[in-house]
Amino acid sequence: MTVAAPTRPKANLKMVYQRPESLVDTPTHYCPGCTHGVAHRLVAEVLDEMGLREKTIGIAPVGCAVLAYDYFEFDGVEAAHGRAPAMATGIKRVLPDRIVFTYQGDGDLASIGMGEIIHAAARGERITVIFINNAIYGMTGGQMAPTTLPNQITTSSPGGRDVAVQGFPIRMAEILATLDGAAYVVRRSMHDPANIRKAKKAIRLAFEAQVRGLGFSLVELLSTCPTNWKMTPAEAMNWVRDNMVPAFPLGDYKVAPELQKLRV
Amino acid sequence: MTRELLKGNVAMAEAAIRAGLDAYFGYPITPQSELLEWMSKRMPEEGRTFLQAESEVAAINMVYGAACTGARVMTSTSGPGISLMAEGISYIAGTEVPAVIVDVMRGGPGLGNIAPSQGDYRQVIHGAGHGDFFPLVLAPASVQEAVDLISEAFDLAEKYRTIVFVVADGSIGQMMEPVSLPEPRPPRRERPDWAVGGAEGRPARRLTSLYLKPEVEEEVNLRLVQRWREMEANEIRYREYYLDDAEYVVLGFGTAGRVALSAVRAARARGIKVGLFRPVSLRPFPTRAIHDLAARSKAFLVVEMNGGQMLDDVQAAAQGQVPIRFYGRMGGMVPFPDEVLAEIEALVAEPPTPAEDPRARWLAHMVH
Amino acid sequence: MAAKGWVEIDETLCKGCELCVVYCPVNVLALDTNRLTPHGYHPAMLAEEGCTGCNICAVVCPEAAITVYREVKVRARAATA
Repeated sequence: MTVAAPTRPKANLKMVYQRPESLVDTPTHYCPGCTHGVAHRLVAEVLDEMGLREKTIGIAPVGCAVLAYDYFEFDGVEAAHGRAPAMATGIKRVLPDRIVFTYQGDGDLASIGMGEIIHAAARGERITVIFINNAIYGMTGGQMAPTTLPNQITTSSPGGRDVAVQGFPIRMAEILATLDGAAYVVRRSMHDPANIRKAKKAIRLAFEAQVRGLGFSLVELLSTCPTNWKMTPAEAMNWVRDNMVPAFPLGDYKVAPELQKLRV
Repeated sequence: MTRELLKGNVAMAEAAIRAGLDAYFGYPITPQSELLEWMSKRMPEEGRTFLQAESEVAAINMVYGAACTGARVMTSTSGPGISLMAEGISYIAGTEVPAVIVDVMRGGPGLGNIAPSQGDYRQVIHGAGHGDFFPLVLAPASVQEAVDLISEAFDLAEKYRTIVFVVADGSIGQMMEPVSLPEPRPPRRERPDWAVGGAEGRPARRLTSLYLKPEVEEEVNLRLVQRWREMEANEIRYREYYLDDAEYVVLGFGTAGRVALSAVRAARARGIKVGLFRPVSLRPFPTRAIHDLAARSKAFLVVEMNGGQMLDDVQAAAQGQVPIRFYGRMGGMVPFPDEVLAEIEALVAEPPTPAEDPRARWLAHMVH
Repeated sequence: MAAKGWVEIDETLCKGCELCVVYCPVNVLALDTNRLTPHGYHPAMLAEEGCTGCNICAVVCPEAAITVYREVKVRARAATA
C-alpha cells in the first residue's frame, strides 16, 4: 500500500533526542537489531550526561564487542578474553580518579573470565561492568554459553542444552551480589522500550557508584542475538521477555545505601 | 657507598622501587614470594600501587592494564607462573606497551620443585607467549647484578616498548649478599604520548593487539622486527673472564656461570688456559662474540642448570667451528665448582671430537 | 491533541532492523522497501502522519540513528524564565 510520505511540520521543532557525543559517528559491525548497539548507546548517553567522557577508559572484551573501543569517543583498550576486570583493576589502581569500565559478554565474563570478575567484585574494585547476557556465543558463531538455557539449541548443543551433561546456566548477578565488595549489582533487560529506559537508569547508578567510590558496580543486561538465535530482531526481543526473564529475574541484587536515595 | 646484606628477592624488589616503580601486581610462588611480600610492605609506604592478584593470569593482566597507562609496572613469578602469564605477555607485546617481569626459576617441568634451576631459558627467550615478538632477557649472576639489571630494566622496556625479563635461578632469589642499592628515583609524572588515561582535550586513544586486516598486522609485525634489530645492535651484554689467552672456553649464565667461574679459576691455578664467557643478555644473545670466540678456541664447555637450552644457541653461534661439550644439573640440583672443574679437565684430557654429541658424555655420566 | 513530532533517520547508520517500526506506538514508521542504504539495508522512514515525538523509536534503535523532534507550542505571550 502506498501512502504519501508525511511532511515535516512547519511549526517550531525542538530537538528532544540526538545521538550521544560519546558515540563515534560511524556504523558498527553489529548485526541488525542486536542490542549491543542499544547498550553502547545507553553507556554513551550516561557518560555524556555525567560529563565523564574525558575521564573514561573503556575496556573491550573478546566477543562481538571486541571492537567496542572504535565506537566510543574516549580512551579504550583491548583485553584478553575474560581478563577485562583484571586489566581494569590495573588501570583504576594507578589512575584512581578516572572512570574505568569493562564491557563483557557471557563467555568473556561468566566462562573464561569467571575468576577475574569474582575477585574484582570481592576486592570492591571501583570499576563498572556492563555485562551483556544473550545466552549464546555470538562472535564465534553461536555456541553454548554459561548462560544458555536448558534445552536451548546452539551449535555446540545441537540437541538442546542437556543439563545432565552440560549443567545449568549461571546467574551472575545473584552470585556477585553476595560479595561484600559489590556496591551495585542489578539485572535489567533491553527487550522493549520501557525496559531499555530502566536499563539506562541502572547504568547511570552503576557509574554513580564508581564516581562516589562506593565499590564494584555491575549491570547485567539481558540481550538479544537475532542472528544466532535465528530470529528477527523483534522476535528476539520477545524471546528475551518470554524465556530469559523468567530464568534470569530482573531486579536489584545489591544496592549500597548511598545509592538507594539517588534519583536519576 | 653503603652495602647492606639483602636477600636477592628483597634486593630486586627494592631496586625496582628505587627505579620509580609505580605498580606491582603479583602472586605468591616459591622461590620468589619474598619479592611480593617486600612490595606489599614498601609500595604502600611510598604511596605506590601494590596488589596481590588472585592468580598469575590476573596479575599479568593487571600489569597489562597499568602498562597501557604508561605507568612503570612489573610482576614477578616462577616457571609455572610464566606459563600462566604467557597469554598476557603476548598481549602486552602485541600492544607494544612496556613491562618488566622477573622469573625466579625453579625445578620443572610441571609443578617440579622449589629448588633452583635454569629450566625456563628457552621459554623466556621466546617470551613464553604466542606470535612474533621479541623480549629483552637479562640474566644476573649475583644479587648485586640483579639489582643493577632491574635498575635499568624499566628504562629499557620503555625505550623499546617491549617486555624485559630478568631471569634468575632460585638461588639468586633466595641467597643473601652484600648489595649497594641505587639512589631512589621518583616515579615519573608525565605519561608517554601513546598512553591511555582519559581523553582530556585530545582525541581518544586506543591500545590493542587486535589488527584484523593482515596488511596492517604485518606492518605491526615488521615494526616489532625492526625494533628487535635495534635491540640486537645496542643491548647485547656479556662478561668475559680470562679469555685473552684462553684455549678452552666455558660458557654459562647466571649461577651456572658463577659456579663455572670458580672452576675456571681453579683450572687456571692448575695451568689450564681456560676462560669463562658469561652471557648477561640472553636475548639478544651474544651470537657474534661467541662466533668469534669459537674461531680461536679448541673446545667449548657449556654449563647450565637445565638439559642444554643455551647450548642450542651456543651451537648456532659457533657454527661448527669448535667442538662443544655440555654439562648440566637439572631438577633443582646446583652444580658445584669441583664438578665443573672435572669437566674442564676432561675437556683437556679427552678433547671432544668435532662430530661428538655434546650431551653424550654428560648423559653417560649422569644416568647409571 | 497529541504533540506533533518528527524524526530523522540517518541512513548511513540504519540497518533496517525494524525495531523502531515494531515499537512505534502510533505505527508511523516503516521500512522503505523501494530503496537501499549505502550498506544495503532498507532504511526505516516516517511513512505516515502522526508522529508525536515520543522518542520510543530512538530509545529502541541499536544504531542511535534517529534524531527526534517535537513541536514547541507557541504561547499567547512570551514566557518568563
